[in-house]
Amino acid sequence: MAASYVAAGELLLSVNKRTSILYPKTSCLIRGINTTSFRRHSESQPRAKSDPQLLVGVVGLEIHAQISSNTKLFSGSQVRFSAPPNSLVSFFDGSLPGTLPVLNRRCVEAAVMTGLALNCTINRKSLFDRKHYFYADLPAGYQITQQRRPIAVDGILTYSLHGGRKRSQVIRKTATIKQIQLEQDSGKSLHDDVHGQTLIDLNRAGVGLMELVMEPEMSCGEEAAAAVRELQLILQALGTCQGNMSEGQMRVDANVSVHEPGEPLGVRTEVKNINSIRFLAKAIDFEIRRQIDVLQRGGRVQNETRAYDSKSGETIPMRDKEGLQDYRFMPEPNLPPLMVYEDNASLPSGIDASQMVVVQKIREGLPELPSVKRDRLVQTYGILPEHSFTLVNEDGLVEYFEAVLKATKKEPRKVIGWVTNELLGHLKQRDMSVSQSPVSAPALAELLELQETGHISSSVAKRVLQEMWRSPGTTALQIIQEQELGLVSDAPQLHSICQEVVDSHPEEVQAIRNGNKKVLNKLMGLVQRETKGRADPVLVRAILQEKTS
Amino acid sequence: MSVFSLAATRTCRGLSLRNIRPPLKLTSPTETTKYRHLNLQSHISTVTRLCSSAPHNPKVSEFATWEPVPEDQLPPPTRIPADLVDKLERLALVDFRTKEGLACLEKAIRFADQLHVVDTSGIEPMDSVLEDRALYLRNDTVMEGDCAEELLQLSKNTVEEYFVAPPGNIPLPTREERAELLKHSEF
Repeated sequence: MAASYVAAGELLLSVNKRTSILYPKTSCLIRGINTTSFRRHSESQPRAKSDPQLLVGVVGLEIHAQISSNTKLFSGSQVRFSAPPNSLVSFFDGSLPGTLPVLNRRCVEAAVMTGLALNCTINRKSLFDRKHYFYADLPAGYQITQQRRPIAVDGILTYSLHGGRKRSQVIRKTATIKQIQLEQDSGKSLHDDVHGQTLIDLNRAGVGLMELVMEPEMSCGEEAAAAVRELQLILQALGTCQGNMSEGQMRVDANVSVHEPGEPLGVRTEVKNINSIRFLAKAIDFEIRRQIDVLQRGGRVQNETRAYDSKSGETIPMRDKEGLQDYRFMPEPNLPPLMVYEDNASLPSGIDASQMVVVQKIREGLPELPSVKRDRLVQTYGILPEHSFTLVNEDGLVEYFEAVLKATKKEPRKVIGWVTNELLGHLKQRDMSVSQSPVSAPALAELLELQETGHISSSVAKRVLQEMWRSPGTTALQIIQEQELGLVSDAPQLHSICQEVVDSHPEEVQAIRNGNKKVLNKLMGLVQRETKGRADPVLVRAILQEKTS
Repeated sequence: MSVFSLAATRTCRGLSLRNIRPPLKLTSPTETTKYRHLNLQSHISTVTRLCSSAPHNPKVSEFATWEPVPEDQLPPPTRIPADLVDKLERLALVDFRTKEGLACLEKAIRFADQLHVVDTSGIEPMDSVLEDRALYLRNDTVMEGDCAEELLQLSKNTVEEYFVAPPGNIPLPTREERAELLKHSEF
């Protein structure tokens, strides 16, 4: 195949040369074919003299995001996950002769909205193309996509990495979005190895996708993972894609190569079959290491598609894509250009405005994006940036946090730890979402209020929270009363406990009297042990200081 | 072909007899293509006039005009090497199989070569004659589907509610295998 490709390439090249001398006007068509081979040559093998120690990874992503809509991109059949096989298929989806595509306005609006959120230029006019390949889950033999002129181009995705010691430093990065194109999803193939056959379910065939193409600007798996997570949050905030990777609503392919900085990009491989963000980072880092290994041993990186095997943590070559594909792109003859309009004033006369896609209207309806939300949280509540990430990362946690704040006078900076450590810790342990939490925001607020006003100590508050978790619906006050967890601030009682501790630890008392004031903390701990953490710490300290002075 | 020109003749009757070419004796596949093109052209121009009540636009010729492009104005004829045949067969899932098939392909390319003579400088190519129309956008309401039984009936092979296909794509035979297969063909 490779040999025949080269031969065909040479043939076209010589034809091209000849025709461009004879017929300069015609070169356009042939140039289109040549770009493939040109791109191939522009990816060079890092030269033999290049030092493998200096090689770095280069990562570009292609993300397929399933548009959250009721119906498919070009047909009125329903979009639903895990429906009975072939129950969501229209005649068009099955590619029966005589059927024609009818574009879903919701899908166009979703793509425009996503483009605006990613600072893209929205093309007023975009075109549809056919991309041909043969596979049983693509009944038409081609996919309708937007190759020449996609709906949105030239965007920016801003994402953040956590770096530095304790990973508390937030580093801002950007990735260029080359384009966002509308296209059809394919059906699903279930391979039955026992009977040597493939079962085809066309429920997914024709579902609307947004393909987001990012420039190769990232350098490692962690960056790619952070970018994809941010994109996922943006799409979820917009409601244009549900972004669940395990259900295939978001699929990420990574183009990975290595080179010496400043040199041309190396030969790339495409890593597919990545179904979680964690695996994305692992797959990319494995692939970068593998390519560097190959070059260090004096080998060459093959331009190939590789699949990630999550069990072994390795990428393995995929068999089905031999040589370079030629998709034979052609304009989709059944769809005139797609027009979107800037505002109502730019609509052509005599057209029903409700039928058209108006960019201005969509821009006005954009919700608060995750980055804006984080900045707002940091500014309004004085919390640390890394806490704002934790809040926004968890669906519903921002709302929960704000509801707690409304019901307590406790400072936001003191509340944040309770929400991001205690509450989230409990939720994660049981693999629950915020909305499933047995402790409601007002209930947690009540508990924190009791601590703030000095009724209970901080360690007791944690115990009460655990009790509240175990018996949903019980209030903090009920638990404190039932289990007698209230702070002991009865002076005579504390005096006698402190006296016992002082009497039984003469060495420590002597140390304090000799000036080692830190030992007082040990005595305080012993008092708290006696009172099960309920003693008023301020009072205990005062009593102990008096008795050891 | 004959049905088509008959239809065209019918449409034209009584309108402009000058648009109709005399029936031709067709010999080669290339000529067939050429004349089909001619008849198509006259057919379309007639229909347009039939539908339009406006007076004749002087910019548009009243007659279909056609002159074969002389050979010396065309680029050198393209010959298809075996490697390219391999690639085309692979891409289009077609089988040229015979020498005639290949000759037909080369003739088709030769026919298209005439387009090189047309001066298209400064003209943006069109995708469709409907380019100036607004693309209709549909509401996002479920209207179709739920016809698995009807669709599955069309398939030769099904399991439960699935269509059944061979595992993966059937690999094309290598050139050696094909040579063996086509030993007795002229190719």
